[in-house]
Amino acid sequence: MTNSYASRGLRESATFDRATINDIQRAATTGIYDIRGWGAKRALPHFDDLLFLGASVSRYPLEGYREKCGTDVTLGGRHALKPITLDIPITIAGMSFGALSANAKEALGRGATEAGTSTTTGDGGMTPEERGQSRHLVYQYLPSRYGMNPDDLRKADAIEIVLGQGAKPGGGGMLLGQKITERVAGMRTLPVGIDQRSACRHPDWTGPDDLAIKIAELREITDWHTPIYVKVGASRPYYDTALAVKSGADVVVLDGMQGGTAATQQVFIENVGIPILAAIGPAVAALQELGVHRTVQLIVSGGIRNGADVAKAIALGADAVSIGTAALIALGDNDPRYQAEYEALGSSAGFYDDFQDGKDPAGISTQDPELAARLDPIAGGKRIANYLRVLTLEAQTIARACGKSHLHHLEPEDLVALTVEAAAMAGVPLAGTSWIPGR
Amino acid sequence: MTITHAPAPTNTARITAIDLAVSTVRDLNQALHATDDGTSWVVDTPAGQHNIAVGIDRDLDLVVNGHVGYYFAGMHQKGRVTVHGSAGVGLAENIMSGTVHVTGDASQAAAATGQGGLVVVDGNTGARCGISMKGVDIVVGGDIGHASAFMAQAGRLVVCGDAGEGLGDSIYEARIYVKGTVASLGADCIEKPLRPEHLAELAELLALAGRTDDPAEFRRYGSARTLYHFAAVNAAAY
Repeated sequence: MTNSYASRGLRESATFDRATINDIQRAATTGIYDIRGWGAKRALPHFDDLLFLGASVSRYPLEGYREKCGTDVTLGGRHALKPITLDIPITIAGMSFGALSANAKEALGRGATEAGTSTTTGDGGMTPEERGQSRHLVYQYLPSRYGMNPDDLRKADAIEIVLGQGAKPGGGGMLLGQKITERVAGMRTLPVGIDQRSACRHPDWTGPDDLAIKIAELREITDWHTPIYVKVGASRPYYDTALAVKSGADVVVLDGMQGGTAATQQVFIENVGIPILAAIGPAVAALQELGVHRTVQLIVSGGIRNGADVAKAIALGADAVSIGTAALIALGDNDPRYQAEYEALGSSAGFYDDFQDGKDPAGISTQDPELAARLDPIAGGKRIANYLRVLTLEAQTIARACGKSHLHHLEPEDLVALTVEAAAMAGVPLAGTSWIPGR
Repeated sequence: MTITHAPAPTNTARITAIDLAVSTVRDLNQALHATDDGTSWVVDTPAGQHNIAVGIDRDLDLVVNGHVGYYFAGMHQKGRVTVHGSAGVGLAENIMSGTVHVTGDASQAAAATGQGGLVVVDGNTGARCGISMKGVDIVVGGDIGHASAFMAQAGRLVVCGDAGEGLGDSIYEARIYVKGTVASLGADCIEKPLRPEHLAELAELLALAGRTDDPAEFRRYGSARTLYHFAAVNAAAY
């Protein structure tokens, strides 16, 4: 298409491209900003800009189908009496019932359980379906406190205090009226059908000194059994990680700007926060300087798609990764078989991001009973488990090639960067050189 | 932990006394979590410590003699708790049921996000009293600070004194009753008529709090419901 325009001598503006022209015209027509789901769509320095150095003379590899490469990870052992051990270092990120259908939440729980990992609640409380199908369930403790109650807190295998998310560090959530059904409204104590705004700050504490007391409160309520995570959107990862550690967190969860959202202003998604590639290094540096790297675990998320991304995140110092958007895609989000319906919604398979509208043809980001029924939670769970297995096998393949008998043995020394930007952000040398910009 | 059993005021129960100068808050909380319904407890020398009596889910009676710090009776689920003193930030935050009574003042975010139950503060509270409340009833004998009942979703907030700036900003369906002056109302919060059913529920709440104020002297505030749906014309209020 573009080539045919070029052959006619037509030149598209790089600054005012067609999507930008559409944005301006849509704003002029409606008078309100664009709200959408998904995460940042702009091109960003990412894990694709890193490569592994496979073993050769100076390193020897492990046999691909013979020699063991461990994948387990234990989270929360710093202070919690009952840390959780996962078979694989790939967890399912927090996504709310409300943003997602109950079937989708159940499928995520089923898949995570089959693969031996955890799933996470979201800004809408814990559903029985999710708890029932999740061996390891992380309960998010959010500013809105929708559905928050101590019984569910005690049922959780871990508690994640959410300070922010990568798609919108500094922003609260929103759930538009189309998705505030009677059940969703009841769980959130809200009128049915309103456009719901979630707070961006916790109502009863501000700052790290208060956070330390809040963490202590949660520990007291759960008799010190339950691991406590602190989740931040990637913006100032060095300081946020250090302050989370100082406040007593067992685990730090760091979400880059590619991390997904159910509904956020596009201007926020694309312009606030930093890519996960740039965030891991400073977070790891903070943990190392405090002497707690691997004692306080680091879970990173935001654009994890394949086993190479998993391996690269771990090599940079993460203990585990979390997937959200990729998990929804595995469930069937943006599946071409719904192409006609995406077109009818003004979108297309591969582009659909109007999660806020609740009209998802795949039955995932919806509360419409007919659409939601399209997703079989058992079959969906199988798809999630399959996908998690592939991610794990791919990460193991790379780790063995680097001579590692456990994914956690991967290290920055195994990596090089393809671009100067990625080298500087990730803190690994530009390929073929020993140069790390800024060091 | 040092626990002494003192004679109860009646002959039918015993009181467990704990001195936080000797025992730790962790010991106290674990004992409260493990105890039976119907027990009575007295805590001395709280010395402003944080997280005292959090997560109680037993139908018990607890009296604290002295000041308490942050999150006293946080996520309280059952029983009757009284503080003869003042309370720090987040008193009875996310209370589910039962009663929490403070005879002195409370700091900011009192009863924040409370889902049910009754919180009574005989004195004043700081800012954000009843922030994001979701069904709790709050009765304050004195004044409340700014940004109280911010994004209040459900429940009743009764203020026998004055309210600070921005009362009920972005309020949903909670009802606010104020006897004194209101420095200013927040976005989408308006005064509403005090009808007989409101006088009746106000009288009931005041009685539960042991107060003798005349319900007819209060004014009622609640949501104008103009911000329930996003609209570009409301941009200044967002």
